[in-house]
Amino acid sequence: MSANAKPYGLLAEFDNTLDVLHAAEKVRDAGFRSWDVYMPFPIHGMDKAMGLKNSKVGWFSFVGGVTGYTTGMLMIWWMNAVDYKLLVGGKPMFSPNAAFPPSYELTILFGAFGAILGMLFLNRLPRLNHPLLKHKRFALASHDRFYVVIETADPKYSEVETRKLLEAAGSKRIEMVED
Amino acid sequence: MSEVATQIQVPVPPKELERIPLVQNNRSFGWISDRVSAITEGKAPAWWWAAFIPSIMLLGLLGAMLFYQATTGVGVWGNHHPTMWGWDIINFVWWIGIGHAGTLISAILFLLRQKWRTGVNRAAEAMTIFAVMCAGIYPAMHVGRVWFDWWLFPIPTYQGVWPQFRSPLMWDVFAVSTYFTVSVLFWYVGLVPDLATMRDRAKTKIRQFVYGLMAFGWTGSNRNWSNYEKAYLILAGLSTPLVLSVHSIVSLDFAVSQLPGWHTTIFPPYFVAGAVFSGFGMVLTLLIPLRSMCHLEDVITMRHIDVMCKVTLATGSIVGYAYGMEFFIAWYSGSAFERFAFINRAMGPYWWGYWLMVGCNVIVPQLFWFPKVRKTLWFVFILSILVNVGMWFERFVIVVISLSREFLPSNWDYFKPTWVDICTFLGTFGLFFTCFLLFLRFLPMVAISEVKGVTPQADPHHPLAKGNGGKH
Repeated sequence: MSANAKPYGLLAEFDNTLDVLHAAEKVRDAGFRSWDVYMPFPIHGMDKAMGLKNSKVGWFSFVGGVTGYTTGMLMIWWMNAVDYKLLVGGKPMFSPNAAFPPSYELTILFGAFGAILGMLFLNRLPRLNHPLLKHKRFALASHDRFYVVIETADPKYSEVETRKLLEAAGSKRIEMVED
Repeated sequence: MSEVATQIQVPVPPKELERIPLVQNNRSFGWISDRVSAITEGKAPAWWWAAFIPSIMLLGLLGAMLFYQATTGVGVWGNHHPTMWGWDIINFVWWIGIGHAGTLISAILFLLRQKWRTGVNRAAEAMTIFAVMCAGIYPAMHVGRVWFDWWLFPIPTYQGVWPQFRSPLMWDVFAVSTYFTVSVLFWYVGLVPDLATMRDRAKTKIRQFVYGLMAFGWTGSNRNWSNYEKAYLILAGLSTPLVLSVHSIVSLDFAVSQLPGWHTTIFPPYFVAGAVFSGFGMVLTLLIPLRSMCHLEDVITMRHIDVMCKVTLATGSIVGYAYGMEFFIAWYSGSAFERFAFINRAMGPYWWGYWLMVGCNVIVPQLFWFPKVRKTLWFVFILSILVNVGMWFERFVIVVISLSREFLPSNWDYFKPTWVDICTFLGTFGLFFTCFLLFLRFLPMVAISEVKGVTPQADPHHPLAKGNGGKH
């Protein structure tokens, strides 16, 4: 560790899903807040093991969808019945039936954008840099290893105790990550 | 706790009930990323160049044909009165139909928790995107003055007039452009964790930079996965009504008109079934050679081929039923014009097109009832191509036969394509395969993280969870 590097957190490696799941439960029960589990694919039950609440992405998508439908209906009504009246085949200037298909598509389009932008916002992505991505060993987090990282910023963090906890949780390889 | 979990005894099923696991040979997590990434690493294999060079030549042909058409006029195609829609609309519907299997696999099968989708969804979604690109060319070009295409969108023009939203053609603009956009978004969201894998194993600076940028700084944190999975689920939920609506709206382009043979209420469901049918045909055509050329037999297993054959059989049977029902309704309606339109399809001047369609779409898929057929790869490959030949002729039957024999016999004509029609269609294959081969070479063609997630050792409560997978 170079002299001016600040420590970011303790990185504990696990090589299977069962161990990392139990480790997460232990860290959760110890009351840590600034910590996370890193893994190459989502492990079923990990949200519960970490004590995470249900994701809020749905609300972003819902707002997007409602905006899309309203935009579609209002746009078509205003364009074909208000701003430039077009009489075609004696049909009404505005009919919700004919305006439905484009509005339906816009509901889906805006809902999808809502879901993705909401997910990116909640995850604080995209980001160009992350202390963990500079760590050589951490490259395996997208390959076949699982990591529990407890940040030094956590009020409960203590270099000795936290390391002990992770060792007790079954990690055979614990390293300090610099910021 | 962990000791108890490993002691759980799983009863072994009798041999005849054993299923092929989703990833064969008990492969490890690492093996999956190594094998899939290997296709994009190192030198391109000879087969890739052998496919890429003709593809890019055909793409050049497409460019030349479109340039010729745009600068000369729609008259270079065979379209003329009364067949004002010819190969342009046939190919538009054909290509966009092919795209539907990708969305069905990625969205509907995800909602139905069909875990086998993970082996094939990435390639199928890529197929969707490129097929929709090929499809989009036709409506854009067939308007004649392509430089006015932007009038299709609600953008203010100097005349002050807006698009006419009571027309199904306008609905189509919204349906197809939404379909393309959402398919790309869905595909990209699925790619992000795999791009992170590519970034983390990159050996060169350029790969590190490009994949790093594309991966959005993904770390694989569970707090991120939690939002990610929710977003993925919502996208699947949104894509499902989307894919059903797209081909329904395409079918309304026909069904809302008054023309006998087009003016039917069966069109939306029948078009959607046909689209999925042709799309699965194309997925099989692409993946059967690819799984052996990319050495992915353990990921795209015989079980995958088997279930895809069964989906083709099911949708093909729906299509066959729809053909029968169309005929019945034409007779039952009592309308002389309707009856004539359908008898003319089967026995008129284009009888060969109709019977080619019936042969390929009704009879061919029935062969998939036999397990032996589903297990013979070269045969499945041939059948999958016949499916798409049949589906092309279905659109030919609908578009050309109906138009060439409309209400007034004095309007009748016999439609023939020109060399420009044929070369443009061949050219779209160039666009499709150029894009698809570049995709194979630069992006992971199998959803790495999703396949890892369906292995037995990925489930913490499975007896194999204590390990990291077997063979490397």
